[in-house]
Amino acid sequence: MAKAILGDSEKWFIVHGVQDDFRTDGRSCENYRHIELETGILSNTHGSARIRLGSSELLVGVKVELGTPKPQRINEGWLEFHVDCSPNAHPVFQGRGGKELSDNICSMLTRVYRNNTVMDLEALGVIPQKHCWVVHVDVLILECGGNLIDAASIAVKAALYNTGIPNISLTDGDEGEVEINLPDDPEDVKHLKTINCPVLVTLSKIGNRHIVDATDEEECCCSASLVMGVTRRGHTVGVRKMGGGSLDPESVTEMIDSGKKIGRQLHISLDKLLKIEAGMSEDIKQTGYL
Amino acid sequence: MNNSIVIRLPSKKRLNAQVPLSSNSFLITPGSVITEDADYMRGHGTYTNDDEEDHKLYASVAGVVERINKLVCVRALKTRYNGEVGDIVVGRIKEVQQKRWKVETNSRLDSVLHLSSVNLPGGELRRRSAADELTMREYLKEGDLISAEVQQVHTDGMLSLHTRSLKYGKLGQGCCVTVSPSLIKRRKNHVHNLSCGVTIILANNGYIWINSTAVDGTKTTGDGGFVVDTEPVQMDDREAICRVRNCILCLSRSSVMLYDTSVLYAYEASLQYQVKELLLDEIATEIVDQTLSLLERESSGNG
Repeated sequence: MAKAILGDSEKWFIVHGVQDDFRTDGRSCENYRHIELETGILSNTHGSARIRLGSSELLVGVKVELGTPKPQRINEGWLEFHVDCSPNAHPVFQGRGGKELSDNICSMLTRVYRNNTVMDLEALGVIPQKHCWVVHVDVLILECGGNLIDAASIAVKAALYNTGIPNISLTDGDEGEVEINLPDDPEDVKHLKTINCPVLVTLSKIGNRHIVDATDEEECCCSASLVMGVTRRGHTVGVRKMGGGSLDPESVTEMIDSGKKIGRQLHISLDKLLKIEAGMSEDIKQTGYL
Repeated sequence: MNNSIVIRLPSKKRLNAQVPLSSNSFLITPGSVITEDADYMRGHGTYTNDDEEDHKLYASVAGVVERINKLVCVRALKTRYNGEVGDIVVGRIKEVQQKRWKVETNSRLDSVLHLSSVNLPGGELRRRSAADELTMREYLKEGDLISAEVQQVHTDGMLSLHTRSLKYGKLGQGCCVTVSPSLIKRRKNHVHNLSCGVTIILANNGYIWINSTAVDGTKTTGDGGFVVDTEPVQMDDREAICRVRNCILCLSRSSVMLYDTSVLYAYEASLQYQVKELLLDEIATEIVDQTLSLLERESSGNG
């Protein structure tokens, strides 16, 4: 991750602040920064979302295509994640500089979405063994302001909620082959069921306490962090420890409980916004990049 | 359990400062003609096409045209810090080299701080020895923040800094905010002790340092930053520091000039809200509006 360099005294200030539950911008240990989210902004994708979390900005685009099912799961489709760190976000991302960060986020997203309860992959199947829908989710990081993993997961859930898969019809063609027909109307789509999609919550350990939504400077002071995938009901679908420091087993359980609570709150806010946005008419919505 | 996480749609309204432009300021964009008169001398931010018959003066940056007698120059609104001798800067040590430190000051080139330009511990006056060179990292290492004064500006724009006064040196516990250098108003004094118990250094290069006055009180007899205080900052001091930080961020987002009065007015306007609420758009706009109206009232009262 592109780390901010801080002096020792500044790090002490941040660590003492976290211990007093009063961070540099006045937030408590469990507050998120201001989140702005918009879906459906890229017209050439099947689903898209843009998120601004504090000073981090990400863009997610979802495109679906027809592919061949995997041999072990002939009735199901699957999701492919790809994360791109734009050099706009930080000069260190030039060339292959962003590979480590993008691999981290990508592997975490793949792991939590691989769970059977998260997404109904059978709905993505078309013809067993022959055709299925492959959902390509591309995340583009435009600005690095800390806590990219959480922002990516919220935007991915919003983009998947917004995704419309064309309603294809199957007809019998010649020689017993089944033909796939795409609808003429671009609005004739079916939406994915994203009710169980998880969000990733990053809990960073600073001193003796843990915080959520760390900024760049706070990430510099943290020795270890826990990234966990939490569904709407508060179930954990994946946990990963990042960073070089050690975590005490009791603090791990404490962090997981805290993460579940925060994950549930995130889902409630996110679902409320997605419903409101879906109910708004087309011409009012778009803000995009003015 | 109340939900404190707020996710909302982006607001369409941009935060714009409603600052009325004074009648003699003239905004210009790159490539536009400033004047067609050949008498004027070219200053910074301008260029001409020498091969043409008429000597039109074009602007090369976006900014405000300034005319001093026959000299025309364009002062850019968004720019890197251009140092001048005597400016106070707050910089971060980037590298430790032989007999000098490279300091990052938001300018086009890294500034340099020579070993001979810093005070030795205890205020000794002697020639720097090889032992001093080897212990450079014990005083200032990579990542430390220092406050310094610009001693010299080289021809390529590189700044030479010095911390030869006890009021400069390594900075202790506090908070650093980065704004555009063009927002810092040039004043006689850039270190202010605000009435809320907070000391701010509004450095000319756009790095603003905020710390609590109580700790800083010993600096006048002081140490130049040799003694590092690791005692935790008290809660009310911390709250004041974070509030001032958020106020400065609100003002800088609306491009309001930063000086001690504007920061103080913004602080007073923000007292009715909680510190973490100051980051929200609506509250930031309100605070900026209140600050601007107070400043206007003051200037119309004086003028």
